[in-house]
Amino acid sequence: MGDPVLTLPELIRRVRGARTQAVERELVQRECARIRGAIRVGDPQAGTANLTKLLYIHLLGYPAHFGQMECLKLLASPQFHKKRIGYLGAALLLDERQDAHLLLTNSIKNDLAHPSPCVQGLALGCLGCLGSAGMCRDLAGEVQRLAADAPAPVRRKAVACAVHVVRKAPELSDVFVPICDRLLQERRHGFLQGTLLLITEMCERSPDVLNHFRKAVPQVVEMLRNLEVSGYSQEHSIMGVSDPFLQVRALRLLRVLGQGSEETSEAMNDTLAQVATNTETSHNAGSAVLYETVLTITAVRSAPGLRVLAVNILGRFLLSRDRNIRSVALASLLRLVHAENSALQRHRATVLACLRDPDPALQRRALDLSLALLSGANIRTMAQELLGFLETCPPAMKPPCASGLLLAAERFAPNKRWHIDTVLQVLTMAGSSVPDDGVSRLVQLIGGAGELHPYIVRRLYGALACDISPQPLVQVATWCIGEYGDLLADSCEEAEPVQVEEGQVLALLERVLQSHLSLPPTRALALTALMKLSTRLQGDIDRIRRIVCVFGSCHDIELQQRAVEYNALFRRYDHLRCPR
Amino acid sequence: MWQKYSSCLPASCNKETISETNRKMIKFFLMVNKQGQTRLSRYYEHVEIHKRTMLEAEVIKNCLSRSREQCSFIEYKDFKLVYRQYAALFIVVGINETENEMAVYELIHNFVEVLDRYFSRVSELDIMFNLDRVHIILDEMVLNGCIVETNKNRILAPLFVLDKMAES
Repeated sequence: MGDPVLTLPELIRRVRGARTQAVERELVQRECARIRGAIRVGDPQAGTANLTKLLYIHLLGYPAHFGQMECLKLLASPQFHKKRIGYLGAALLLDERQDAHLLLTNSIKNDLAHPSPCVQGLALGCLGCLGSAGMCRDLAGEVQRLAADAPAPVRRKAVACAVHVVRKAPELSDVFVPICDRLLQERRHGFLQGTLLLITEMCERSPDVLNHFRKAVPQVVEMLRNLEVSGYSQEHSIMGVSDPFLQVRALRLLRVLGQGSEETSEAMNDTLAQVATNTETSHNAGSAVLYETVLTITAVRSAPGLRVLAVNILGRFLLSRDRNIRSVALASLLRLVHAENSALQRHRATVLACLRDPDPALQRRALDLSLALLSGANIRTMAQELLGFLETCPPAMKPPCASGLLLAAERFAPNKRWHIDTVLQVLTMAGSSVPDDGVSRLVQLIGGAGELHPYIVRRLYGALACDISPQPLVQVATWCIGEYGDLLADSCEEAEPVQVEEGQVLALLERVLQSHLSLPPTRALALTALMKLSTRLQGDIDRIRRIVCVFGSCHDIELQQRAVEYNALFRRYDHLRCPR
Repeated sequence: MWQKYSSCLPASCNKETISETNRKMIKFFLMVNKQGQTRLSRYYEHVEIHKRTMLEAEVIKNCLSRSREQCSFIEYKDFKLVYRQYAALFIVVGINETENEMAVYELIHNFVEVLDRYFSRVSELDIMFNLDRVHIILDEMVLNGCIVETNKNRILAPLFVLDKMAES
């Protein structure tokens, strides 16, 4: 070919320098072809260069499966640097679905017995991420031996590898239980991390093992207490919290052990309370530990006082300036709201304040939470706040807010007057974001509230006179005016005493009919309303007759049909009108 | 002792079952720059290669469209994304719904601190030209989707051994 062989840095530089996708693709394909050729020839001097280039190409997103055999060849090599790259390539390019996967077994088996701890570590790492069920079963004995006897770094890796073994072959848990019992006595954090992880995995998969380790709860609790209290080991602490990852791991294990068991949960109450009150939350690390504590408290059967503490901690999180903490707190509270409703009521004001959060996702969660907190006792104040939110919120939030409010108003309304007022306000502010059945439900509601008809019809008339664009409101208003229009002339002590002429009412309905903003259903309602008014109003009905006549030649079939029918009523059945 | 159990298992036990897949706490670990170029990718669950590029592009698009006021946790499909931005590089980790997001947020920072210590003020170019070493660091910290080590000295110990071997 004549081109010099590229080194990896060279290849990277060239790819970076490629101006277009096409140039890059060509470069990569040429390199792939060269590597394929080199692998086929099998040059013993080639070393790791081809595979490292191939891994880079794989990172870019191009297929690199032809490198699999090269990986296997390299990892069987006696030289450490080749083995290392071979194992790395296997981790990135191989998985259980590939045929070449089975060939790993022998190499891993040999390397697990290798004198060098580095090589053993590599093999354990590979088994831990790629091992199939069969391989795990074959090699579990080796892994167990290494977890018990080998020098420290290898033991840690063996424990981590055992996690994968247990996942693939759950029946092998028995093999590792004795080791875990011993390792729990360890003081070194590196071992504890892996051990706790292994115990958690085993307990999640087998009830017998779970029962066995329930006895170990005092040890775990002791460990947690020591971590909290022990001042600090410089090496492990992050911003004043000693080894937050280990604490989180221990808390997760306690959660698994305590779920469903009264007695075990009781044993951990004190420590959970201690961790919950003593952890520093000025930095993310402390907050992570506190969050895990809250999750544990709410998952196990803890004392009621402790649960209230957990809710209060979440309430405090809501006030934090860190938006991550607020997000996590809102999500958790949303999950807890049904179980801990009474404890959450204390934090209503904070939740309502979160409605003004700059992050839309948090606003949505705060809305859902506020709606869940509504109850008969707080409906008036909460509805007030939510209506305020509805007025100013972004359009995307209006539908859920409106439908939530309408549902809540139906469930908790103290009286009909309040209910109707609230629904009217929702319709006014939500514009067209009202749920589909909102209009029909309101109509049904109004129909049933006989004594309030004068008040309702006046309010709706007023709202319609201001603005004829929001369709749900217009529909309800036109229906109402059609039904109770005669009451407009009556005086009503609850609404302002405005004189409404019949002519004005008709003019308004005409406006609605003729406006280009009105949808066909709205027009249909307006037409019917006019027709109804022809029986209810005292004045002349010629105006109504004229309007109805015009619509007899409307393009919309529904309207045309109605208009023609109503016209027929005027012409042929006028004698049936009841005397006014 | 475990051979006797192999007969009572279903024949299709070679592939991962769904329950096993969902147990992986961390699903993937990505470092992507603002232009959408992936600098590091490690998947702990199998994802087809053409789906990977799509996933990476979508994920970076999601992260770039977030403003400063929005939190670092994104609900994406049926799992969560935790991301952190360091200069022009985004580190994005996909996690299970049950995992503690804040601990993973801390893990990302821990990872960057380890890189900083090894490379002395790490930059994007350091990561690009030393991909195999970055992989070694990541593999020390996260094995098969679980956090296994977070102590900087223990994570870097094998690398220092390797460097010494390479020198000699």
